[in-house]
Amino acid sequence: MANIGVYVELKDNQFKKSNKEALSLAKKSGADVYAVIFSNDPGQFADVLKGVKKVVQVKNDDLSYQPDLYADTLAKIITEFNLNDFIGVNSAQGKDLFPRIAAKIENAGLVMDCVEMDLANRTVTKPVYAGKLLSKYVMDNPFRLYTIRPNVFPASASDSEAAPEITVFEAVKNPPRAKIVEIIKSGAKKIDLQEADIIVSGGRGIKAKENFALLQELAEVLKAGVGASRAAVDAEFATYDMQVGQTGKVVNPKLYIACGISGAIQHFVGMKTSKVIVAINKDPEAPIFKKADYGIVGDLFKVVPLLKEELQKNL
Amino acid sequence: MNIYVAIKQVPDTEASLLVKDGVSINETDIKWILSPYDEYALEEALKLKEKIPGSTVTVISLGPNRVESAIRTGLAMGAENAIHIETAEPFPDHKIIAAALGNAIKQDAGYGIIFMGKQAIDDDSYLTHIYLAEHLGIPVATNVIAFNHDNGKVVVEREIDEGAREKIEMSVPCVVGATKGLNTPRYASLMGIMKAKKIPIKKLSLQDAGIAQLDNKIKREKLYAPPEKPQGRIIPGEPEDAVKELVRVLKEEAKVL
Ligand SMILES: Cc1cc2nc3c(=O)[nH]c(=O)nc-3n(C[C@H](O)[C@H](O)[C@H](O)COP(=O)(O)OP(=O)(O)OC[C@H]3O[C@@H](n4cnc5c(N)ncnc54)[C@H](O)[C@@H]3O)c2cc1C
Ligand SMILES: Nc1ncnc2c1ncn2[C@@H]1O[C@H](COP(=O)(O)O)[C@@H](O)[C@H]1O
Repeated sequence: MANIGVYVELKDNQFKKSNKEALSLAKKSGADVYAVIFSNDPGQFADVLKGVKKVVQVKNDDLSYQPDLYADTLAKIITEFNLNDFIGVNSAQGKDLFPRIAAKIENAGLVMDCVEMDLANRTVTKPVYAGKLLSKYVMDNPFRLYTIRPNVFPASASDSEAAPEITVFEAVKNPPRAKIVEIIKSGAKKIDLQEADIIVSGGRGIKAKENFALLQELAEVLKAGVGASRAAVDAEFATYDMQVGQTGKVVNPKLYIACGISGAIQHFVGMKTSKVIVAINKDPEAPIFKKADYGIVGDLFKVVPLLKEELQKNL
Repeated sequence: MNIYVAIKQVPDTEASLLVKDGVSINETDIKWILSPYDEYALEEALKLKEKIPGSTVTVISLGPNRVESAIRTGLAMGAENAIHIETAEPFPDHKIIAAALGNAIKQDAGYGIIFMGKQAIDDDSYLTHIYLAEHLGIPVATNVIAFNHDNGKVVVEREIDEGAREKIEMSVPCVVGATKGLNTPRYASLMGIMKAKKIPIKKLSLQDAGIAQLDNKIKREKLYAPPEKPQGRIIPGEPEDAVKELVRVLKEEAKVL
């Protein structure tokens, strides 16, 4: 019987929300689920790991992310425990780590950024051409790896109360090729756009860097992340890590509020899978209105503060 | 240093794409461009060449005949050598693509740094540069937004979540996966374009690049357009009223608040 592995990514020793999506997906398949976690104390995650058959706990004196150490260790775990399907999240770390693991296992295949998965039939679907099209692949590989797009698969609570058994695994410490020597934190504490439930985004219509504060305030009321169009990034109103679109981040929130964004195809493909899109634009002809679920034609400098007030009253 | 840049030709970002036979796009009428992240890769390679006297920049691309125009663009921007691995059709198994590119680079000359994009904007697979580095057994960093080379050592910064960065040290040879923000790609000059026309392109078959037979383990079963979103509605009225109505529908109809 095949086993399914899930890589549990911790960030500042916190469980990522999308880990639950990966775990639910694995548990739903009915196969034995192995959760692999780099932690000296996985007990603190007992609640979310319920229903998992086995926790493979990787111990080391220094568990900070090092790509070669993590990839060598995970490749060994996958082959030793026969984890024929191995799921992770398409996060910044997942995008760095998973290709390295797949490369180290002979005949392993990997598809990144999956939005549909049929493990029994070995097929996966992922957006291509920035989501203009979807591509379904069949994987003929004995070991199949996947990263899933956050916010796509449901995270259901476990119906099993069984606590997993824990197996300790020693990290594989080959001499590293690339070495992370420092993490440079960004000043502001930001919400991860790819995991955000709500995103407020600004475009060239914002007109100046200072005016992003307006969106920031709206975002605070909504507990939302703040995104931007490329035009806003190019004009240096916003930073590149905020850019949504074909050459920025592809996001998938429940609610996306586009303010002063025209709706160019390269922007649209980065946010079109949002459950609900709201557009605020002063030009009634702006293409964004053809793509939004709800639109308000008006000056964002008027509408956004009003919207903030109204939400403060209602949330 | 012999610097290499792997470049992929992709449909223009404006292009509307139609599916031809259920598994591939209709290529007639498509305008092709160099994948944007590969432009950052190439620019960084050219800057490095200017810094290290006696260096060369070679662009390499795998694909059908049409990719020659992407190669010419690379040459016009300032690369002086080119390799084309000729394949009849694009194929989805990136392990094979990476192995072919890696083998071709290894056979060509002693290689230093290989610049690539963090992602090609057609398949958006995020794989090839990392596979290539692993195939050659050399270090790789992806999503690189700052690059520095000094005394045979490479130090890069790679963007992780929310503007934070990892600073990474690597020895040469290594692979650098470029992202936006690394630099501003130059335009090809008229002289560059003229010069590029005369540069011979080294042609290789997949066999020449060490791929004896094409055994795609990953196959595309279906390519299709996602369902269109139905047209939404404009909420009319003065801003004060429109905003009230918007909050109401978001709560009661869409249930997203
Ligand atoms: C290769 C390539 C890759 C690209 N990648 C991306 C990408 O990843 N992401 C991306 O976003 N773009 C990308 N683009 C750029 C894209 O084509 C558009 O140029 C860009 O999205 C436009 O940004 P914008 O909507 O903010 O600006 P504009 O198109 O200038 O629109 C500004 C809008 O603001 C409105 N406005 C102005 N003032 C107000 C006001 N006071 N109140 C309300 N509304 C107002 C205007 O009516 C207008 O609709 C890419 C382009 C290329 C060629
Ligand atoms: N067919 C190809 N020819 C040359 N380079 C390629 C090819 N496919 C991918 N690459 C390189 O690998 C990077 C990542 O591509 P991908 O893994 O397809 O997203 C690209 O930015 C290119 O630098």
